[in-house]
Amino acid sequence: MAYTLTVNGESKTLEMPGDTPLLWALRDGLHLTGTKYGCGVAACGACTVHLDGVAVRSCQTALEDAVGTQITTIEGIGTPAALAPIQAAWLEHQVAQCGYCQSGQIMQAASLLAENPTPTDADIDAAMEGNLCRCGTYPRIRAAIHSAAAKMKG
Amino acid sequence: MGRMKTIARRTFLIGSAAIAGGVVFGTYAYKKPIPNPLKASAITPYVLIDAQGITLIAPRAEMGQGVQTTLAALLAEEMDLDWDQVQVMHGPASRAYFNAAVLEEGVPFAPTDESWLAETARGAMHIPARFLGLQITGGSSSTPDAFDKMRAAGAVARVALVQAAARREGLDAAMLKTASGAVVLPDGRKIPYAELAQDAANSDLPEVPPLKPQSEWRLLGTSLPRKDMLGKVTGTAQFTADIRHPGMLFATARSNPGLGAGLASYDATAALALPGVEKVVEVPGGLAVVANSTWAAFKAAELISYDWEPAPYAATSEEMLAQTAASFTPESQDSRNRDDGDVEAALTSGDWSAEYTVPYLAHATMEPMTAGAWLQNGRLQVWAGNQLPTQVLKEAAAITGLEEAAIDVETPLMGGGFGRRAEMDFIKQAIHVAKAMEGRPVLLTWTREEDMTHDAYRPMAMARIKGAVADGKITALDVQLAAPSVMGSQMGRLGMALPGPDATIVQGAWEQPYTFPNYRTTGYRVPAGVPVGSWRSVGASQNAFFHESAVDELAHLAGVDPLELRLSQIDHAPSRKVLEAVAAASNWGSVPAGRARGLAFCLSFGVPTAQVIEVEQGQDGLRMTQAWAAVDVGTALDPSIIEAQVQGGMIFGLSAAIHGEITFEGGQAQQQNFPDYDALRLPYCPPISVAILQNGDKIRGVGEPGTPPAAPALANAIFAATGQRLRSLPLGKVIAFA
Ligand code: FES
Ligand code: FES
Repeated sequence: MAYTLTVNGESKTLEMPGDTPLLWALRDGLHLTGTKYGCGVAACGACTVHLDGVAVRSCQTALEDAVGTQITTIEGIGTPAALAPIQAAWLEHQVAQCGYCQSGQIMQAASLLAENPTPTDADIDAAMEGNLCRCGTYPRIRAAIHSAAAKMKG
Repeated sequence: MGRMKTIARRTFLIGSAAIAGGVVFGTYAYKKPIPNPLKASAITPYVLIDAQGITLIAPRAEMGQGVQTTLAALLAEEMDLDWDQVQVMHGPASRAYFNAAVLEEGVPFAPTDESWLAETARGAMHIPARFLGLQITGGSSSTPDAFDKMRAAGAVARVALVQAAARREGLDAAMLKTASGAVVLPDGRKIPYAELAQDAANSDLPEVPPLKPQSEWRLLGTSLPRKDMLGKVTGTAQFTADIRHPGMLFATARSNPGLGAGLASYDATAALALPGVEKVVEVPGGLAVVANSTWAAFKAAELISYDWEPAPYAATSEEMLAQTAASFTPESQDSRNRDDGDVEAALTSGDWSAEYTVPYLAHATMEPMTAGAWLQNGRLQVWAGNQLPTQVLKEAAAITGLEEAAIDVETPLMGGGFGRRAEMDFIKQAIHVAKAMEGRPVLLTWTREEDMTHDAYRPMAMARIKGAVADGKITALDVQLAAPSVMGSQMGRLGMALPGPDATIVQGAWEQPYTFPNYRTTGYRVPAGVPVGSWRSVGASQNAFFHESAVDELAHLAGVDPLELRLSQIDHAPSRKVLEAVAAASNWGSVPAGRARGLAFCLSFGVPTAQVIEVEQGQDGLRMTQAWAAVDVGTALDPSIIEAQVQGGMIFGLSAAIHGEITFEGGQAQQQNFPDYDALRLPYCPPISVAILQNGDKIRGVGEPGTPPAAPALANAIFAATGQRLRSLPLGKVIAFA
């Protein structure tokens, strides 16, 4: 059936079964492909988006449950021409290698900073443990989060 | 791709086929006749000059190792371009720009030479993803050559543009300079390259001028912003999984979990009844389900009942281990590349000996295997992150019956490769589906479970090592290594045979720069079973663990510091220097209270690499507190990329050392997804500092050498901390990590 979602501030209607994970509604229904599939079982974080500002695994969120929420994807927090501070920090630290996990990493980190503008290493550990990176970009992820926090504080 | 096609038709393109005439003869000695030598040098990228600027059309795929950034820097350096004046575009696999068949022979080996190196180089000519990974190689002898050729292409282009300007202005070319993408006239006026390109292309191309000496480099040797970074931090970078076209169908595949065996029968009634499901298609290995979303395809694939034929190899890991252990026989001997002194005479039965084992490993790239295809109007388009596009062409032609000229292969960004994307399985499946769904674009995505259970795995392997020490030195070391042949398995899947021994069985052990007076390395080939493939650093991934654990054990037996022992028995200067560098960086002699350290060394892909890992036993378990690495890459083109690769390679090795294990029951891989095949996660990852040295003779690639020393450095640290010697991986089975 048809569902209407609010994605990155825009209202979008799509025709898919209500139990379709939001991940696939975004990727295959709306062709918003910045959000990635890595495991489908909440074990990698590649599919992380924000629902009402909070990081969730879109592979575990049913399309019908996302109706009525504000959905934000990697495409919604900044653009190549106007980067979000967290993205600018990622660029500054040249974090990505293959890049496939990075949308999820950035969305997770953005949600951490929204909650906790000055995270300690332990806070970063706790927030980022669910986001796997097979290329091993962790040292730079940590550095980029610290530097985004410092910049956002001004 | 739209821009590419338009450009190819109507704007000016300096292709390397034209540019590189001088390049081939100037820098490279081909041993065999090449039908058209001008075409043989497409290892150089293409330089495209148009109104939008200067674009490197990279024939190499980006797997994350930063290769396209480095290729662009090589070109920009010699062309005198500013960094923001060069863009990178993925080349279409081949058709429009070079002759793939010719290219395949464009390697410095006789066509009859089917050695591992020759084959590696041949594969690498197209997409040097694994072996020619970063800057720009691994073990292949074509590294320094690619390095030269890329710069030569830029230099020739620059001279051609200067000559065009000289003709136009009636000036002597010697009076002209170049800077920031323009020819600079004596009066200071500047003519942008774009205005001169047409003219330059229409004239004869000059010989390769002398390349800039390293002292004049502006870009090379510095850390440049990666060309792919902006796309990757904004979600706009396009991976294969992100290809979308109007009317696209989404598919997934299920193959026999008994790898290589067929499908006896199936019942897809329930799957076909699921809303959104269009078709079930027989594909090599099993079935594909085609639907209107990937999720619908995933769900439908679950609803099919499959009757799989049994796997054509031993059913369990225990049986496989027994097979491995039974392979240390003269009949199974594959190679003995090193036999210094007289090991037999030097060792007696009472001497130290040990047995080590490692399990099968999956690649587990972050992006599961994914390929797209579209067959319409007698043409086939393939999208696939892959390392062998010309093989894709061959397979596609065989499946569809089309001429290769009617097939386009595009290689989007890869969500990790690590050697997995040299395989054709998933790509062939996508092409079969496209054939069944003619007229519609199809994207086939494996589930994580399918990906993990249908890999070409890093093989299970075993080592039996004997050694003796005297006066603080190792006097004899006998290294016996048993593994199935990766190259044989891999080439078999490409329809080729591997004559002769497989160097990967002993890679990372036989060629180490130790001077033990009695020193022997023997490879034993375990009969082929489970499909095995190249996994980041290939044989060195297991052999460094075996070799460096043994050296550590013997150092302790001799009562000598493991660093001292290595320094006293390695005479290769660059190798000594990485050991000294890692010792200095870690302050090896003074370990903080409560902590312990392990050291390991491996020379792989020409890069001596030493690593130190520091651990601390805490309440919740053993914690890696810090790590240090030192590598010698000969010439460091981009320190930031090198650092990232060494860190990433080390983390990849640590993931395997702590967590990685694929086991088999009933011929099927038991691990399905990250909960049972985990990898190192951020909280467990220590800070890793990387020292980059440049004492080696040649420029070397660094995508792989960071991996091999990680496991032995950690195992050696555990011994230092606990006195517990762990001789089989993964370590997480025995040690709790915190
Ligand atoms: S795809 Fe959702 S957590 Fe991995
Ligand atoms: S950058 Fe490749 S998986 Fe994280």
